[in-house]
Amino acid sequence: MKMVTRIPVALLACGSFNPITNMHMRLFELARDHLHHTDKGRYMVVEGIISPVSDKYSKKGLVPAKHRVAMAQLALETSDWIRVDPWESEQQQWSETVKVLRQHVRYSVPLADCPAQQQSSTFMKTVSEREKKYWEKSQNSLIEKSSSEGWQRTFLLELKLLCGADVLESFGTPDLWRKEHIEEIVGKFGLVCVSRSGTDPQQFIHESDILSKYDHNIHLAREWIQNELSATQVRRALRRGKSIKYLLPDSVIDYIKQHNIYTADSEQANSSETLQPLKLQSTVVNLLND
Amino acid sequence: MEKSGERKEVVLLACGSFNPITNMHLRLFELARDHLHETGKYKVIKGMISPVGDGYKKKGLIEAHHRVAMAELATRSSDWVTVDTWESLQEEWVETAQVFRHHYQQLSSNSSEYNKDDDVILIKKKKRKLEKEEAALEKTVPYRSETKGVPELKLLCGADLLESFGTPNLWKQEDIIEIVGKFGLVCISRGGTNAQKFIYESDVLWKYKNNIAVVEEWIPNEISATRIRRSLRRGRSVRYLLPELVVDYIEKNDLYSAESEEKNADVILAPLQRYTKDANKNETKK
Repeated sequence: MKMVTRIPVALLACGSFNPITNMHMRLFELARDHLHHTDKGRYMVVEGIISPVSDKYSKKGLVPAKHRVAMAQLALETSDWIRVDPWESEQQQWSETVKVLRQHVRYSVPLADCPAQQQSSTFMKTVSEREKKYWEKSQNSLIEKSSSEGWQRTFLLELKLLCGADVLESFGTPDLWRKEHIEEIVGKFGLVCVSRSGTDPQQFIHESDILSKYDHNIHLAREWIQNELSATQVRRALRRGKSIKYLLPDSVIDYIKQHNIYTADSEQANSSETLQPLKLQSTVVNLLND
Repeated sequence: MEKSGERKEVVLLACGSFNPITNMHLRLFELARDHLHETGKYKVIKGMISPVGDGYKKKGLIEAHHRVAMAELATRSSDWVTVDTWESLQEEWVETAQVFRHHYQQLSSNSSEYNKDDDVILIKKKKRKLEKEEAALEKTVPYRSETKGVPELKLLCGADLLESFGTPNLWKQEDIIEIVGKFGLVCISRGGTNAQKFIYESDVLWKYKNNIAVVEEWIPNEISATRIRRSLRRGRSVRYLLPELVVDYIEKNDLYSAESEEKNADVILAPLQRYTKDANKNETKK
């Protein structure tokens, strides 16, 4: 029996999810398919994590995190591999994406090569309940795959940032990202970037020194259907009393109606505020000027 | 007469392969209803999905009972859109105009139960009259102004259907005139220009352009069933592009493979076969 080594991967998506839509969930499906079918099947995606941003991000129109988390949970009820993690939303301050990645990689500690059984029992003694549950889950899926397809088990889980091409391009926006952070995100973790039609991420990577350097760590998946669905448009449709059925799961639509979340007023939230990362960056710059 | 300010009742009818049904198909209904309600003139009371029969012989068309089952699962959560199986149950392919006549007859007979007798007679007379009208179609007045109490039946479609009116031997001219002239169209179009262009370039469509409502689709959504089938053949995920229940059904019944796509590969599409035959017959008569 041929032994194939597949690298287990977890995909982390950060964003407002204001609200979550079918398009967000499509990103995960597309990314997983891409990683499974490219590079001669080098990867195995074992988990997807949706991490809604904290209210402290101060984006215009951002509704309370508890709602955004609840809606995402409803949307993912039927998914057997994607889950919502509220950690980021529960923090007192806005967290840079790199911090969220660091937080989640705590649950996917790379372990030295040794027999799987030994590894797991040693590891399990030292971790918290939450981490245990996470490991059990990914271990089970690994074992499943292992027995059916003869894959070698490895606990080196790679955590990658899942995003759209617009996020990739936002790396070029002044003061939105710190250079060291981009370096860490792309260099240490890696990116899976799903691009919509009309964007050319290859070009953008080529024009950026940092991104070019870590080209091998950036996986580009193409969204083959023209699907311009954005949460902004969903909110607009809601304000105007238009139907949003089939753009998001019914359970999320019901929740929105029940709690009357998106209104003309909710869209005005934070309208006089500056986006948190921009605020932070300008503070840093000012300090340096002193 | 209708009171001013009273909305005219409308039933939206979508004909197509639905092979399989997708979220895009379902969105058409929602967009159309929103649009018609916004004009203040209409009240959409029902949406109908009418999957085509196997007799259509389109390449890759899987069995009607599956397509109907998937559409039914897809509309389970809707309180106004339903699936009608009449067309799918016919052995031979049925022209869209005939599907419309059938459903209009149903709607008429349903509402005529509540009308006075003379109205019933009036409707029956109209029906007989219309059956003889193929030659005098130009003078035909739209149904809506003559039969009160019967909802208007409109064809719900995308711009691609408008475009298909121009494909040789796919449609009978009289049918196009009947569908657009008597019933009316609600056409969902991305970037309106496509639909407007087809209307402009066709004399028939131009003549009845007041019967064609073009609805702008601001959230472009091109989930084509062809691409869905392609993805499925390649073992890719189609989750969140179709309703969950439909995705599960496809998985459970193992639908859409390379084999299923080859179905009818060597057969000619029913309308092309029928209309080309008629054209040839006419040729030999000369």
